[in-house]
Amino acid sequence: MSGRGRIVFSTTIMAVEFDGGVVIGADSRTTTGAYIANRVTDKLTFIHDHIFCCRSGSAADTQAIADVVNYQLSFHSIELDEPPLVQTAANLFKELCYRYREDLTAGIIVAGWDKRKGGQVYTVPMGGMIVRQSFSIGGSGSTYIYGYVDSSYKPGMTKEECLEFTANAISLAMERDGSSGGVIRLAAITEAGVERKVILGSELPRFTVS
Amino acid sequence: MEVCNRRMNLWANGPSPGELYSFPGSTSCVGVGPVKTTLNPMVTGTSVLGVKFNGGVMIAADMLGSYGSLARFRSISRLMKVNDCTILGASGDYADYQYLKQVIEQMVIDEELLGDGHHYSPKAMHSWLTRVMYNRRTRMNPLWNTVVLGGFYNGESFLGYVDKLGVAYESPSIATGFGAYLAQPLMREVMETKPDLSRDEARQLIERCLKVLYYRDARSYNKFEIATVTEGGVEIEGPFSSETNWDIAHMVSGFE
Repeated sequence: MSGRGRIVFSTTIMAVEFDGGVVIGADSRTTTGAYIANRVTDKLTFIHDHIFCCRSGSAADTQAIADVVNYQLSFHSIELDEPPLVQTAANLFKELCYRYREDLTAGIIVAGWDKRKGGQVYTVPMGGMIVRQSFSIGGSGSTYIYGYVDSSYKPGMTKEECLEFTANAISLAMERDGSSGGVIRLAAITEAGVERKVILGSELPRFTVS
Repeated sequence: MEVCNRRMNLWANGPSPGELYSFPGSTSCVGVGPVKTTLNPMVTGTSVLGVKFNGGVMIAADMLGSYGSLARFRSISRLMKVNDCTILGASGDYADYQYLKQVIEQMVIDEELLGDGHHYSPKAMHSWLTRVMYNRRTRMNPLWNTVVLGGFYNGESFLGYVDKLGVAYESPSIATGFGAYLAQPLMREVMETKPDLSRDEARQLIERCLKVLYYRDARSYNKFEIATVTEGGVEIEGPFSSETNWDIAHMVSGFE
């Protein structure tokens, strides 16, 4: 693909804020070249009770980073004797991704709920910057759905609307991106906890007839 | 002759003439892990414009973070307030700018804690930044940014430029990136005939330049911020958009 510094990596990941929490979603395909090494991957990774991350890029790099942040955050939470903030988790990712930017291929979306700011989505793309957004898409499949999300997103959606928005978007990306596919894994994170859902291949939202 | 065939004892296990040689024991950063060379800017910002006027300085930048050609982040701020007399705008890698912002903000806090009433002057900040950028480039690990620094101190306006090579200078008008080609000539044309602009005239000049950049820079976005520093302090206004005129489209048809 054109554009300086751009590396295409496999996946479609997404996260959306709503009042009271976040919805996160991802496809389930891991590829080595054109072979699908794992068709039921879980790219929504537990970081803390109310904080998850969506991983795109090198599977090894992102797993290693997530492991480190998981450790750092649980330690921090024990010291604080309080659930950690989403912004803290996101900044831990940023510190690693920025410091080791030349050695890593990792595009991460950190999403969760905390008492201070409610549902939050933070994007840490390759290069190691950090920015909070009301919704974020990532991975190679995301390029195919910028148009869809830009036209369909409305601020102030409910949890159910967010789930539908996310499922539709990821389904469209999976349709067009060879590096994304399998099932759609969704999760809704609120004060009450994490609700996980899987949408199997047969139940994917369908858009085209052919 | 024989000499050419013999290995010189002095160079045993060393490089052959003309070969690149990295000396053993070359330094890596102490203690905090491999911060290797930033050779690939990822999310980048385009032009930053700066202009001096009578009583202060104005800096402007759009709010786009480009990921190659993709307009990925459309609401990021590339301008920051350093202290009550200094503002800064950066183009180039946004992660490096965020790092610089963090360092500068901590510096300003530390200085405040000294409680001696002194604050970093714009010139001092510019000088410091130049040293930092040049040092990083010498270690082959640059901060991939071009920074425009504006300030108003002791009744005088300051406008400076520092880039990733450590090149630094001051000028009544500054533009980075595409702006250097498109906006700088416009700014210089106005300022050479009328060096002392009023605040409104400076604002109009900047907005005119931003419009041209939106027309002609493929990595720009029609959403920008303007930071102004005067005797009264710092004001960062935005987001604004330019009015664009596409009437000429009706005058063109086909390609001949």
